[in-house]
Amino acid sequence: MLKVSKLTKIFGGLRAVDQASLQVDEGRIVALIGPNGAGKTTLFACIAGFLPINQGHVEFLGQDITGLQVHDISRRGMVRTFQITQPFAKLSVLENIAVGSHQLHARRADALAHARTVAERVGMPAAMLDQPAAELTVAGRKRLELARTLATEPKLLLLDEVMAGLNPQEILEIIAIVRKICDSGVTILLIEHVMHAVMSLSEHIYVLSYGKIIAEGAPLDIVNDRDVVEAYLGRGAADQMAGVAGGDHA
Amino acid sequence: MDPYILLAAAINGLLMGGIYTLVASGLTLIYGVLHIINFAHGSMLMLAMFGVYFLLTKAGVDPYLALLIMVPAMYLLGFVLYKHMIGKLSLGRDENILLITLGLSILIENLALLFFKGDSRTISLAYSDKMIELGPLLLGVPKVVSFVAAMVLCGLLGLFITRTDTGKAIRAVAKERMGARLVGIDVDRIFAISFGIGLATLGAAACLLMPIFYVSPSSGHVFVIVAFTVVVLGGMGSFLGAVIGGLIVGLTESFGGLFLGESLGQIGISLIFILILLFRPSGLFGDKR
Amino acid sequence: MRTASSSWAVHGSILLLAIVFPLVFSSPFMVNFAVLALFYAFIGQSWNIAGGFAGQLSFGHVAFFGVGAYASTIVQMRLGWNPWLGLPVSALAGAAAGWLIAVLSFRAGLKGSYFALITLAFSEVFRIIANSVEITGGGLGMLIPMKQTAANFQFGDRRVFYYIILALTVVSVALALWLKASRFGARLAAIRENEDSARALGINAFAEKTKIMMISGAIAGAGGCFFAQYFLYIDPMIAFGVDKSVEMLLVSMIGGAGTVYGPLIGAVLLAAISEVTRAWFTVQGLSLVLYGALLVVIIAYLPNGLIDLFKRRSSRSGGQ
Repeated sequence: MLKVSKLTKIFGGLRAVDQASLQVDEGRIVALIGPNGAGKTTLFACIAGFLPINQGHVEFLGQDITGLQVHDISRRGMVRTFQITQPFAKLSVLENIAVGSHQLHARRADALAHARTVAERVGMPAAMLDQPAAELTVAGRKRLELARTLATEPKLLLLDEVMAGLNPQEILEIIAIVRKICDSGVTILLIEHVMHAVMSLSEHIYVLSYGKIIAEGAPLDIVNDRDVVEAYLGRGAADQMAGVAGGDHA
Repeated sequence: MDPYILLAAAINGLLMGGIYTLVASGLTLIYGVLHIINFAHGSMLMLAMFGVYFLLTKAGVDPYLALLIMVPAMYLLGFVLYKHMIGKLSLGRDENILLITLGLSILIENLALLFFKGDSRTISLAYSDKMIELGPLLLGVPKVVSFVAAMVLCGLLGLFITRTDTGKAIRAVAKERMGARLVGIDVDRIFAISFGIGLATLGAAACLLMPIFYVSPSSGHVFVIVAFTVVVLGGMGSFLGAVIGGLIVGLTESFGGLFLGESLGQIGISLIFILILLFRPSGLFGDKR
Repeated sequence: MRTASSSWAVHGSILLLAIVFPLVFSSPFMVNFAVLALFYAFIGQSWNIAGGFAGQLSFGHVAFFGVGAYASTIVQMRLGWNPWLGLPVSALAGAAAGWLIAVLSFRAGLKGSYFALITLAFSEVFRIIANSVEITGGGLGMLIPMKQTAANFQFGDRRVFYYIILALTVVSVALALWLKASRFGARLAAIRENEDSARALGINAFAEKTKIMMISGAIAGAGGCFFAQYFLYIDPMIAFGVDKSVEMLLVSMIGGAGTVYGPLIGAVLLAAISEVTRAWFTVQGLSLVLYGALLVVIIAYLPNGLIDLFKRRSSRSGGQ
């Protein structure tokens, strides 16, 4: 469904993303992980059209979407969420979601009705719907962000750290919702730091460090990958950990 | 076209430009440190000019001497204005503070209209008509004196910002507000100081402008556009930019008047403003935000 | 949540009051006051749909007003067209100016304060051009000869002008109501609140912003035509001076930006202040002093405008 080839993004002298390639097949949940500052959000921004790309291509549903405008990409079915939630503050929760619904429903009444059903899918209590979005808690905002993007009936969802700032209970709830979304046929590419969410949700993982993809594979393989450990914990860490393990055996 | 006329226009443009630089440096300081676009900058300059006017007509103080009074007075006004009003209101959206400074400018301008009526005022001094010879050109003494004074004051301001502790604190806050707070700088005090300096430059500019220009309650409009053009041309927050920008704007105004006539000539400044915003909003020396 | 019928009752009673007003208060002073109040409500609504609904605050909205005023006056005086044609001409001219300024500014990605300032610069450029070219009469302006016949869009009985501006205002209010209930309006609100999120949800922000600027320009342009016919004289300061930009902004922000009736509330208040200060104090500029102070106070303490006072009261009486 999504194929990113050798994407490079340069800011001044800095290669924020360096020849990154990844692929997301239909119906799967793929994770993009990596230490802070690795360039994950930048990569998302490039894929979704928010930033112009210096080199490389992005192919979505078999068509080259490199260089297309954000709203065009969104209308084709690829929608992203933002790491720092950006609700439409003065609008109510329902009106927020309805903005997404309007992508497919021209009449206001239809959009609002559709928004209600989406809110239900995401587990929002009815009382929440008339609240101004600015008054929501972090968890509420994350849920709203999800609902809003879902309302556009996307084919591919780019979730940027949707678990950030949530407590363990809330994380479990969001994990369940993400799983439900995937089961309903939406493909998902997510950036995440919360490791157990990554492990429990994703089928395939890409690891980004200093703008480069340094590893990809199944979750269990990634966790044990030497390069990945070193990317997160520093050079020599993999050996250290192996040494400790070796010591234990002895 | 007579080359001397061109030269005269150029020199006159540069001379005015020097004063525009002074006006703009206050605006760019306020923006660079507080991230406030002070729409009231023009009307405050107008207010200061009325101050200079009355100091001369009621108390007989020469405008250049009035520098000693106006600069500290405007500094104090800015400091107090920030502490008791602007500081409290500058939370919230960027546009809110712009609207508040707009409201202030309307208030000031129309209070001036109320008290001083709509006529333009000029002053004449003993040396108003004296000329200096510079090669084939005759230049008005007040214009040259004002230019030199403006450049000296800009230089002093630059030294203050780069060499003194307060100046360093100001630069720190301008670059990284949170970081400055973390190293113990009283950010709020720096804001008040910067706003005060911003208005002090207007006090100085008023003293230098009164001998060569006029003042009327509606001058605020004119100055706002000029000041903003200099700042966006040079780059918001860039001191060097204010200098170069001021000179360019002065030249544009002068040549605009020369080639397009008095009425159409004014268009040059607004056009520069529009073109810069459309094609290079960060200006010549500003950061590419 | 208000029921549909109670909303229509509110709209209906306001309209009824407006229709009846000059029949009850028919002195020239009151009629003039009423015309001015509605005029500012009308052009204020122009600013409101761009600034309040779509979040594109402009400091140069007078540009559209002036373009309309000159367009209709020029086709009347220089081309000999029937003055009534001035209304569609001025609306089109205003829309064209709206398109031009929108496309240039939004293509360059200007937002917030930068957008506000560039619109001011554009209105200045228009003013200088109007002051310098022959077709507009330059600095002397243009005088429309008095010939008070209906066919000539001039009326001795000023109340006719009142009903014309009332009709225009009704159109602008209807437009605002439609915006509140339509997809276009929802998209504009999204753009206002967070343009990036709006784009991420498939909204073509550039196109929508340009559309609303064109509509806003058309309204202000029509206002320009009305003004020219009512006062029979325009010049570059009147048509493109900053004062009108400020007034268009003020009535909306004071009354309530982004609401349907905000500009009307603000306009009535401002017209009242203007007439009262003129009648009692006979000083030039006092009303604007009050406007300026009012703007500062409102932004600081009632950022949603005076309409907030109405809303708070209704929610206290058991609304939601």
